[in-house]
Amino acid sequence: MTPILALVLLLVAGAGTAVVTTRDPLDQAIVASFYGLILGILFTVYQAPDVALSQITVGAVALPLMILLALAKIRHQQQRRDQAVDGGGEDGAARGPARDRGPGREP
Amino acid sequence: MSLRTQRLVYLLAAAVLGPALLWGLGGLPPVGAYRGPYGDVLNAVAVAERHAVNVVAAVTFDYRGVDTMIEEFILFAAVIGVAILLRAQRDEEARSLDADIEARRVRGTSTTVRVTGVALVGLHVVLGLYIVAHGHLGPGGGFQGGVVLATGALMVYLAGRYVTLRRLSPEVLTDGAEAVGAGGYVAVGLVGLVAAGQFLLNVLPLGQPNTLLSAGTIPALNLLVGLEVAGGFVLLLSEFLEQTLLIQGGRR
Repeated sequence: MTPILALVLLLVAGAGTAVVTTRDPLDQAIVASFYGLILGILFTVYQAPDVALSQITVGAVALPLMILLALAKIRHQQQRRDQAVDGGGEDGAARGPARDRGPGREP
Repeated sequence: MSLRTQRLVYLLAAAVLGPALLWGLGGLPPVGAYRGPYGDVLNAVAVAERHAVNVVAAVTFDYRGVDTMIEEFILFAAVIGVAILLRAQRDEEARSLDADIEARRVRGTSTTVRVTGVALVGLHVVLGLYIVAHGHLGPGGGFQGGVVLATGALMVYLAGRYVTLRRLSPEVLTDGAEAVGAGGYVAVGLVGLVAAGQFLLNVLPLGQPNTLLSAGTIPALNLLVGLEVAGGFVLLLSEFLEQTLLIQGGRR
C-alpha cells in the first residue's frame, strides 16, 4: 500500500466519523458533502476516475443539495405551524389572512 | 428501548459482527489484484468492437445498456414522485404567484455570492456540456455532466432571483427535457431492435476511435441521459424552491 493510499483511507475514516458525530442536520449536510469529495479522491487514487466523477456529483453535490432543500422546506412548515399557534390565541382572525400569504410577505 | 438495553444490543452485535468483518477483510485480494475474466476481455475487445476509447462508457451504454436504461428510469420515477408530492401540497396552499415570487427572493445575499454565482454559471454549463459530450472519450458521461449542468441553474438562483430561474427554465422546458431524455433512450434502443433485431444494438456508424463523433449510439445515449438528468434536477430544484422559502428568506 502506497503512502498516499494510506493517507486517503485515513481521511475517509476521519471524514466518515465526522459525518456520524455531527448532530445538527444542516452542519451534517455540509460535512457529508466534504465526505463525498474525499470519497471521490479515494476512487481517483484507486484509478477509477469514472466512478470518482459520479461520486463527486452525487455525494458532494446532489445529496447535500437535496438535504438542504428538504431542511429549508421543513423549517418553512415549522414556521407556518408556529404562526398558526401564535395567531390562535389573541388575534386569530386578524392573523389568518396574513398567514395564507406566507411568512415572507409579512412586514 | 432504554439506553441500557440499546448498549447491550450494540455490544452483542459488535462482539459478533466486528470479528466477522475483520476476518472477512483479511480474505480480500491485495490492492490492484483482479481475478475476473470480464474486465480483461472487455479491455481487449471494446475499442476494436465499439470504437469507444473509454471502455467504461462502452460497458454502461452498450454492453449493459439496458441496465443503464433502468437506472435512468429509477431517477425519472424518483423525480416524478417528488414533483407530484410537492405539487399536491402546493395546491392546498393556493397562494398568489406574485406573492410567491416576492417571498422567494434570496434575502441577505452578499455581493460576493452574487458575483461568484454569475461567474460560475457559464463555467458550470460549459463543463457540464464537455463532460456529457466526452463520455465515450474519457471519464464522465450523461449522469455526471447532467448534474453539473443542473448546478448551473442553481448558480443562477444564487446569483439572482427565483423569478430569473423560473424564466430560464420554464416547466415546459424542464419537464420536456426529462421526458425526451428518458423516452429518447428507449427510442434509440428501438432503432436497434428494428434495424438489427436486437434492442439497444449499436447500429450507428462507429467512426474513427478517439474522435468526438465515434462509438455509434454511445454519445447519443450520453446526450439523452444528460438531458434527462439535467432536466430532472432542475425540475427538483424549482419544485422545492417553489414550495419553500429559502433559509435566508425565513430568517428575518
